[in-house]
Parts: sequence; structure tokens; C-alpha cells
Amino acid sequence: MIQISLTINGEPLSASVDPRMSLVDFLREKLSLTGTHVGCEHGVCGACTIHIDGVSARSCIALAAACDGRDIRTIEGFDCDERMSAIRAEFSAEHALQCGYCTPGMLMTAYDVTTRFEKLDEAGIRREMSGNLCRCTGYQGIVRAVQNVFAAEAKE
Amino acid sequence: MKAVSFEFHRPASLAEASDVLVRYEGDARVLAGGQSLMPMLNLRLVRPAAIVDLSALAELKAMEVSSTEVSIGALVTHSALEFCQESGVTFDILRYVAGGIAYRGVRNRGTIGGSLAHADPAADWPSCLLALDAKVTISGPDGARQLSIADFILGNFTVALQPGEILTSVHIPLLSAKARWGYYKHTRKVGEFAEAIGCVIDDEARSVYRVVAGAMSTPAVLLSLLAKDTQAVTLDSIRHALGAAAPSVEGRHLHFHAAAVMRALQTGARQ
Repeated sequence: MIQISLTINGEPLSASVDPRMSLVDFLREKLSLTGTHVGCEHGVCGACTIHIDGVSARSCIALAAACDGRDIRTIEGFDCDERMSAIRAEFSAEHALQCGYCTPGMLMTAYDVTTRFEKLDEAGIRREMSGNLCRCTGYQGIVRAVQNVFAAEAKE
Repeated sequence: MKAVSFEFHRPASLAEASDVLVRYEGDARVLAGGQSLMPMLNLRLVRPAAIVDLSALAELKAMEVSSTEVSIGALVTHSALEFCQESGVTFDILRYVAGGIAYRGVRNRGTIGGSLAHADPAADWPSCLLALDAKVTISGPDGARQLSIADFILGNFTVALQPGEILTSVHIPLLSAKARWGYYKHTRKVGEFAEAIGCVIDDEARSVYRVVAGAMSTPAVLLSLLAKDTQAVTLDSIRHALGAAAPSVEGRHLHFHAAAVMRALQTGARQ
């Protein structure tokens, strides 16, 4: 077992982990933070997207043992975040989810995209969101939701 | 799936990392960004006895620019290169290529050294760095040595690292101000591994003209037979040069890869 000390959603935490345990399994199985979903487990679908040290990353292809000293933020860490609230509202308004499996990852990526860029056209949004797969919606609502977030921020 | 059980080491120095690797006699894998290794572990394509995590080695995360070359630490991420603030043609191509690798979440973690040492023929850096005539520094139990990309990448997923050796940095000669470049990769979806890559560096001031075809069934090759006169280049002449450089690429594949090279020429060096 490997001893790690890290920050999860602002709270310092120490734990002992099996070397082979992925970060997403650690979050879900050991910390019961089940908001982050496990999809493909090989870095393709984006369902497990979280933030490591402030930037988006796939938690299924990060080892928990290698996250000693890291600052981890999961979807649960955005409960009271203004921007994330706006993104969630737009996802609801635009029917940007159906089964909801991809949604936590979509929201985390949408947050990264809307933080990183001042504005993006539709093609740019599709390119930036391309690392997250949705098998229900056909992406139209997701793209519109992100467009609406950009539009609302441009007005402010 | 889940990875097999393995030991985990995070050495505090390069020497210690080499020692650990030697101790496992080739049965340990080096972890840089893990964006290729972790999928392979989860799919059980690799079942190592140990993982040696390099993330504590700060010296592998530095980038230094001299008057003649840029040295990029093996642990510099694709994202760091994509948003690198240095000016110059060399950094234009590095930014462009880095920005086209996989997806945001992967670029934030994946590293240039990890990608090279993994030597996936469909990855961007092996082709791009061959065209840029880069060298790698390797550190091991017997000291450090330098190799060209062509000497480092021996085959698909196979590199010249000996037991205990670690790729520590990549050295790229700086292009002159008027150098031109072209990079084209064919993918069916944004962020996928390439199905064909063409990369062209035309730096007349330094008498450098290098055309590379990559993402083939063999490691990337330099098309040394291709005429320097880019206006005279045709799909046929590219096919001929490619066939000579990579004899195992045949039929429609030959045409497909020649087309990627042609598009690299058209997007950049053939203006």
C-alpha cells in the first residue's frame, strides 16, 4: 500500500491506496464521491473528467498513488460555484442530457472550456468538447448549452 | 478492466530511478504522464512488476532555449508546449502539433518524453521531431548519451533504451526566421490517433529540407529521395520516395500516406 496526502475539493486528506488503484476508483470506492462516472477506463470517453491542480484530466488514467500532493476537484466540489450553476442551468434548458452518464464529465469540460476561452464559435466548441462522448443527445443540446454560457458571459 | 497488481516507486532522483529500473530487470515500466501507459495497464496490454513514477524529478520539467536549440525536459506536457510563450518558427510548429494531440484532458497530463519513449507510430511527436532533426538525451547507470530520433526509435513501440535508462530531454535545433513548415495529420475524428501524418521542414538558411511520412505500419521515415523543388513535387514523386524509404508500405496505403505528405507540403512549405 502507498501512503498519499492530497486535497480533495478543498479538504486535505491522507489515505493508503493499492498501487494499481485508479484515481476514479479511489474517489468513488474509498471516498464515496460517486458524482464522477467511470466509462471506458482507457481515456477515450471523458465521463471521468475531473480537475487536477486546476486543469481537466481523466481520472481513469491517473493512478491514485501518483496523486500525492495534488489538488483534486470533482463535480461535487462545484456545488456552490457560480459558473458551474450557470452551465448546469443551460444543460437543463437545452436538454443537453438524457441518461446523464456523460454529464459530470461534460460539465467539467464545459467549465474548463468556458474558463479558458473568452469566446468560441460552434466549431471551436465542438473541437474543445470532442474528448467527451455522449451516446444519447447527438451533441446539439450540449453545444447550444455551452454557446448560451458564452453568450450570457459576453452580455455581462 | 483494472490493471494487474504492481509495486509503485516514486524515486527522488534520476540515479535512484535507474537503480529501481535495473533491479526489476526490464519488468518495470516508467510512468511519465501516463496517458498511454495507463490505458495499456487498464487493458492489461502491459503487466509490469513495478511502475516507476518520474513525477518527483523536477529537472525533467524544465525547458531551456539557447541561441541554437531548445531543450525540452521529458516531463514537459503537450499543454505546456501548446501554450508556450516563446517566439520563433520552431515554437510555432511545436504549438501547432501539441495543440492537435488528443484532447484537453490528455494534453494537460501527457508528456513529450513519454510519447517518444512509447514510440507509437500513430503519435504526433515521433514524426514531427524526426522532421525537426531532434535528438534525445538518455540517462542511465553508465551516464548520459545522445541519440538522433532515427537511432532512438527502432520500431513500433520499440526504442533504444537499455535496462536502467531513462529519456530525460529532447533537443531541437532552432529554425531560422524564414523557415517554413507544414504539418498534416489525417484523423476521422478530432483527437484520435493519426491514420497518416505528413511533416515538412524547409529551412533554406540552414540548408535543411526534411520531409517525413508517419503513422504508417513502420516508424516514421524521412523521404530523402524527394526533390527539393517543392513546385515540381507530384503525388507520383512522393509515392516513389515513400516506397523507397518504407518498402513495406504498399498499394492504397502508399497512396494514402503520399496524400498526407502532399497536404503537409500544400499547407505550409509549398506556399
